[in-house]
Amino acid sequence: MRIFKAVFGAAVAIALAGAMPAGAKELKVGLANEPTAIDPHYHNLTPNNAFLASIFDTLILQDDRQRLLPGLATSWEATDSTTWLFTLRQGVTWHDGKPFTADDVLFSFERAPNVPNSPSGFGAFTKGKTLSKIDDFTIQVKTAKPHPLTPNDISQVKIISKAVATGATTGDYNSGKAAVGTGPFKFVEWVPSDRLVLERNDAYWGDKPEWSRVVIKPIKSGPARVAALLAGDVDFIDKVPTPDIERLKGDSNLSISQGPSNRVIYLHLDQFRDDSPFVKAKDGGPIKNPLRDARVRKAISKAINRDAIVERVMEGVAVAAGQLLPDGFFGVSSKLKPEAYDPQGAKDLLAQAGVPDGFQLTIHGPNDRYINDAKIAEAIAQMLTRVGIDTTVETMPKSVYFKRASRGAEGGLPEFSLVLVGWGAGTGEASSPLKSLIHTYDKSQGFGSSNRGRHSDAKIDALIEEALATVNDAKREALLQDATERAIGTLAIIPLHYQVSTWAARKGLSYAPRTDERTLYSEVHAN
Amino acid sequence: MSAFVIRRLMQSIAVVMVMSLIVFFGVNIVGDPVDMLINPEADQADIEAAIKALGLDRPAHEQYWYFLVNAFKGDLGRSFIFGQPALQLIVQRMPATLELAFSALFLSVLVGIPLGVYAGLRPETLTAKTIMSGSILGFSLPTFWVGLMMIMIFAVMLGWLPSTGRGETVLLFGVPVSFLTLDGLRHLLLPAVNLALFKMSLVTRLARAGTREVVHQDYIKFARAKGLSPRRVVLVHVLKNIMIPVVTVIGLEFGGLIAFSVVTESVFAWPGMGKLIIESIQNLDRPVIVAYLMITVLMFVFINLVVDVLYSMLDPRVRLQDMRA
Repeated sequence: MRIFKAVFGAAVAIALAGAMPAGAKELKVGLANEPTAIDPHYHNLTPNNAFLASIFDTLILQDDRQRLLPGLATSWEATDSTTWLFTLRQGVTWHDGKPFTADDVLFSFERAPNVPNSPSGFGAFTKGKTLSKIDDFTIQVKTAKPHPLTPNDISQVKIISKAVATGATTGDYNSGKAAVGTGPFKFVEWVPSDRLVLERNDAYWGDKPEWSRVVIKPIKSGPARVAALLAGDVDFIDKVPTPDIERLKGDSNLSISQGPSNRVIYLHLDQFRDDSPFVKAKDGGPIKNPLRDARVRKAISKAINRDAIVERVMEGVAVAAGQLLPDGFFGVSSKLKPEAYDPQGAKDLLAQAGVPDGFQLTIHGPNDRYINDAKIAEAIAQMLTRVGIDTTVETMPKSVYFKRASRGAEGGLPEFSLVLVGWGAGTGEASSPLKSLIHTYDKSQGFGSSNRGRHSDAKIDALIEEALATVNDAKREALLQDATERAIGTLAIIPLHYQVSTWAARKGLSYAPRTDERTLYSEVHAN
Repeated sequence: MSAFVIRRLMQSIAVVMVMSLIVFFGVNIVGDPVDMLINPEADQADIEAAIKALGLDRPAHEQYWYFLVNAFKGDLGRSFIFGQPALQLIVQRMPATLELAFSALFLSVLVGIPLGVYAGLRPETLTAKTIMSGSILGFSLPTFWVGLMMIMIFAVMLGWLPSTGRGETVLLFGVPVSFLTLDGLRHLLLPAVNLALFKMSLVTRLARAGTREVVHQDYIKFARAKGLSPRRVVLVHVLKNIMIPVVTVIGLEFGGLIAFSVVTESVFAWPGMGKLIIESIQNLDRPVIVAYLMITVLMFVFINLVVDVLYSMLDPRVRLQDMRA
């Protein structure tokens, strides 16, 4: 009997082990975009930053709404307006087993802006900061000027192992030789455009991920990505194409997760030229640029039926926008609501502005950059035409569009009169769009770099600059709100909607949607 | 003879030079890669630094000169996006594309010739008519649509085959290939059939036309009269004679097969050159586009050169004509 029990017990144990090897669970993911390198300092680009967050940690992490969370630093504080102290986490080990210390942090910040051949580096986050080591687990950051966004900047720079990375090239990271981080997953291999493989880091300092292995397949084509999920070749996909969302929602074998992103889709209007190249009088003759009149801009905003765009063009997968960031972000004003659809009000405003019969206008937009971008431009053109502004649409690939929209005209000026663009706030708060889209174009200080309408208002500029130098959070938030309210009040830009990101998974998996559109494999949970 | 070869060689070099000029300037007047590469939050100084680092602040003719000088050293430039030599990126992905193209070629011959010969031997039967109508579909249905339908049917609804990717590979003479593993074969089947469909129809029609012509020739009648079995007549005498146009056309169309694979590779996420070139065009990774086009030009020029030389060896009239010209 005892023998029977032992044999039976062993048999059961073997059967169980065969059915579910201890913790050996694999997650297969289909991603729309592939990173361009495994080197975390090579390319400051969304797909890279998103993927590499699984391998490399930052001192400060961002949660699903981009609020700051302790990462490799357990706490941080501003001791005065230009000095910050970061306390590092103790007992963290690198994937190769060596301990993590302050030297690794100093090394990472030194390397981040200086990677050879880097197409777009991390200099913007390290600029003006001097790091020094107080002891093995305390770092002091001195900024040249008061800089309240220091923690946000710090949260963008991934920390690498000094011992491994000294002398390592981007190629050494791609091959895996130097790809040693402290993150929840270890790097296994990258076969470009075929697969990326990760393995669980069992010594991770935070919550250990459920997946012992993650295989990521880059599938750029939307329908093919959906098909791969339906066929069961992958368990989880990002960027579900909008026409498929309804269908997938009705499929009981799948689950969908959706949430607003930090990306606002908006219109920039030519506000700096009296003779705007794509504005003509009703009869095709020249006209003094009416877009410089705030009443005309207001009329355009009123003429746009945002709910219709959200419902029809975006198939419900967007949120109508009244400002630069959706609710819940730092610096968002509670007073601003999306402009209501009011075609009669728009006509009245046009009449007040001296163009009662409207004028001719061309809207330019990309056709491969944002969700349904070309269709949105077409819808807006129809809506504007209805109130008398005869609008034609011209869309083009992003590779051609952005150059012309930013500096296509003589002297490096924006070429178009009315452009459809999107902006994702990487810092996760309102100063990012205010600084780049609303502030007067100022090359020497790096302000207004994407101000393609060249809107300019000295009062708003002063508010933004003051906010960017105010370390006190409450005061800064009030300044950002004030600047946003003024900018929307004078229609510096016309916000349309916030993009909603959609992930789809096989039944039994859940993912909390993130505003930064990132897919983090450690956050995919089996329920 | 050698004079002929030298002349042809000179012509080829001239073609390559002219093509490099067209390709380089053609690619350089479109858009600006900096906007594709840089993070939107970068300020003006960062953008200018990136333009400088990529050498885009230089005048186009100067960039072209650098490109030529480096190309002679075997360096076709470095990818803006990956920072790796463009040539290396292309060569890395070449085995996947070639494997797909050869599999498709193999399939189209394997299926197309028997169908075509059958349709040619018995043109009035229902089967033959079905084959010929089917080949029209093969010609006219767009590749991407057929690919998606195949995924829907065989991967999503029936669940027999995987929908995406290349599967397991093994090294054959140091080159990763997938047709030697079961998993690899399963992944290969759908894209190869998708890519082969057009060529399959072409081969079927060629084989049918050839067969129709050949069966009425005197030597076939003679072979029959001699009392050879029908099997021997078809397999030896008919097949041998219809293969000449088929082989010529297949040879010429092989380049097209590689070019068409762009669509199939995107639909099936096949990690080949086609996917690379499409993504490079979308992101304006100029060095990769230029390198890819130059490799294609070189390949075609080389094939043509070989064909010309072979013709001149086989047929003295070609050589003599050229001498007179």
